[in-house]
Parts: sequence; C-alpha cells; structure tokens
Amino acid sequence: MKEINAKKISDVVELLSIEANYNLPEDILKKIKSSLKTEKSPIGKEILENIIKNAEMAKEQGVPICQDTGLAVVFVEIGQDVHIVNGSIEDAINEGVRRGYYRGFLRKSVVGDPIMRKNTGDNTPAIIHYSIAEGDKLSITIAPKGAGSENMSTLKMLKPSDGIEGIKRFVIESVEAAGPNACPPLIVGVGIGGNFEYAPLLAKKALLRPVGRKNGDEETSKLEEELLDKINNLGIGPQGLGGTTTALSVNIEKYPTHIACLPVAVNIGCHVTRHANAVL
Amino acid sequence: MGKIIKTPLTEDTVKDLKAGESLYITGKIYTARDAAHKRMIDTLNNGGNLPIDIKNQIIYYVGPCPAKPGHVVGSCGPTTSGRMDLYAPMLLKLGLKGMIGKGYRNKDVIDAIIKYHGVYFTTIGGAGALLAGKVKKARIIAYDDLGPEAIHEFVVEDFPVIVTIDMYGNNLYESEREKYRRNL
Repeated sequence: MKEINAKKISDVVELLSIEANYNLPEDILKKIKSSLKTEKSPIGKEILENIIKNAEMAKEQGVPICQDTGLAVVFVEIGQDVHIVNGSIEDAINEGVRRGYYRGFLRKSVVGDPIMRKNTGDNTPAIIHYSIAEGDKLSITIAPKGAGSENMSTLKMLKPSDGIEGIKRFVIESVEAAGPNACPPLIVGVGIGGNFEYAPLLAKKALLRPVGRKNGDEETSKLEEELLDKINNLGIGPQGLGGTTTALSVNIEKYPTHIACLPVAVNIGCHVTRHANAVL
Repeated sequence: MGKIIKTPLTEDTVKDLKAGESLYITGKIYTARDAAHKRMIDTLNNGGNLPIDIKNQIIYYVGPCPAKPGHVVGSCGPTTSGRMDLYAPMLLKLGLKGMIGKGYRNKDVIDAIIKYHGVYFTTIGGAGALLAGKVKKARIIAYDDLGPEAIHEFVVEDFPVIVTIDMYGNNLYESEREKYRRNL
C-alpha cells in the first residue's frame, strides 16, 4: 500500500491547470503547422498562421492560449494499492483547481447554479472522473474544456439498423452544425457504444488521444480516416471562413453496447484542445 | 497591412465595408457577453438607461482572463456570438454599429444589420494571447459584479477583424464555404 498525501494532489493539480492552459500539446501544434502547407484558402492560411503565432506567444509569455480556460475536467486513475491520507481526494483536486486558476490568472468560468447563474469566483467545482487501475500509481489528467466547442457537441441514440452509415451521417451532421462556432480546425472525439451516459465519456476521452495516433483496431482506424477526409471536404475551414482544414483529427473510442442500442456521441474539441498529465 | 478603421464607427465607414475584407480597428470598443447583455436588455425593458452610450459604437463579445502583473489585459479572444442573438437587434436599433465575435448569427440579427446599417466582424476564436497584445488600455466601466462578464472599455490598436456580414446582407460563412466544398 502506497500513501499519497492529499496536499501533494492539490499541488499537482494547481500546476497542471496552469500548464494545460499555457502550452498547446506539441502534437496539435505540429499538425496545425503541417495543415498550413495543404490549406487552399488564403483567409484559411492567414488564420492558421495566427493560430500558430498565438500558441507560441502564450507559451513565451506564460499566458492562457485562449481566454476560455474552461471547466476543469479532471481524469483520475487510482491504483488499487494507493491510500490517500490527510484529506479527501475531491477536496484536494478542487483546492488545486482553485489555486491554479487564481495564480495562473486563468478565467473563472463556473456558475454555481445553472439557472441562477452566479459565478463561483474560483472556477470550482471541477468535473472529476475516477477510475480504478491495478498497481500503486495515481494518474491525473486535466483537460480544461471551453464552451464554444462543448456547446456544439452532440449525442444520439441511433438504432442498430442505422449501422455504420448512420454513424457517419451523424458525425458529419454534428461537425457541419458546429461550423464556425466551435473554433475549427477541430479535433473530433467520437464515442460509439456503451449507453446514454457512457458514449459521451468515451468521446471526451477520445479527445485526449494524441493527434496522429490511430485507434488500435484497424477497422476503427479506417473509419477515423474516412470521416476526417469527409469532414475536410465540407469546406468549413479554419474559423468556418472557408477552406480545406476543418478538422485535424477524428478520434474514435468504442465500447460494447446493448443488443437494442447504438449510442453515438460527438465531443467537439477546438484547435485549443488542451490537456496535461502527471503520475504520482 | 489592410485598411484601418477608427471608432466611433460612422454610417459612412460602414457603407464601405464588404464581407470578406480583412481590416484593423483602432480606438475605443466595449466588451459585453451573455450576462451583461441580459442585464442591458432587462434594464431597457424596465424603462432604464444603458450604462454606456452605444450609438456608433462597437461591442466585442469577450470575457477576458485576469491581467497578469505588467499586462494591460489577460487573454481575450472572441466568444460565440450566437448566444447574443436574442439581444443584438435591440442594440442595433438603438444605434450600435458593430459587433465583434465568432460564429453564426440568426436571421433576426442579419435582418437588423441590414435595416439599421450595422456590421458583423469576426476575429480568430482561440487567439486570446495574440489579441490581448492589441489592447492598449482596459478598464471596467459597468457591471463590475459580473466578474469576467463585466463591461470593459478597451482602447485597441490595429485590432484584426474580418468583415463577415456586411450591411448589404453578404455573409462570408455562406459565400466562402461553397468554394472549398467537395462532393462527399
């Protein structure tokens, strides 16, 4: 049994909140740079150039890439041989978010009640997903998610008879409806299977996969490529002002489902699909 | 570098703006997003006055990050304009000339842009650090209690925008996309 101090968890979450918001993951930046070579629209090219410049400025100056520093979505994988001491893990994570958003000059974008809509002032509570793993490690990933892209995300309970064509249609329709609102070029996270609450979680996890790494299953990986091609033929382009770079990647995650179900969730990620990870 | 336009934004300037044009704004602009818009419209509906004179002005849909010490303002890219669609026609009727944001506008807003001779600019969503560099002065002038949603006055220099919907109803989101759409 390994003991981990809750204070240590707060410290790590504080650092990860700031790091994720200041530094665009290298794989995304690399893909945007390579898209600049293939983009056909002059306005689209200019936008991609500015997106690259913006990411570099944010890193250099130590400021947020995007002003929407998001809801703090935290994925925690707890080894079953870990014992957390000196406080609750939930409080520790929220304390880390509170400090990170304050010390990193990040925007506080959380309202305490969805109807009354008063800002909580410290960007808490975070949205936390726990899972249990073997071993004695504690892995924390923070993925701040802005509302521009989150608001354009979708879930549909398809019929099994809709099949793969139904899935493709729904993903394309979702991206088309998102258009300029979701800040393309996008990373499109797709969750297929599970049930009503599980498909969106798969889609969100799909956004964490590095751009350029395919799904391990060959058929799924082909579907990712086909969808990416179709999406980039929509003409939406960078910021929706026309072009051939609408998405940087389509990442699909699947899970078994019920004999009567075919849930499909599309979690749209913007060109600032941030995340940072640490393992204790 | 393209054309520079100055605020206040006059009818004469708006008349010459065409969808697709990239240009730069210099001068005072105001910020407002969801909560500030709701409060402004509620105030008007209750017979009150707006905290700012919006005639010939530009509203930028943004909620900035807090400024780091030594910085004028924190990262401040545009938010999704569609959430302000319910409120924008009334402000255009009162003389608002320009809006800066990102994303689609609905038919009511487009009709009001044509009717009252306004313009919809977009700028790069997610380019918060780059755009913060164009803001030379920033201060909160109303609704301080709304935190990041308070109304700020920004003094901007060469702030880059793209004319996306002009007063003639030309809409770049419609015209430009078709050029790059290929058969699926």
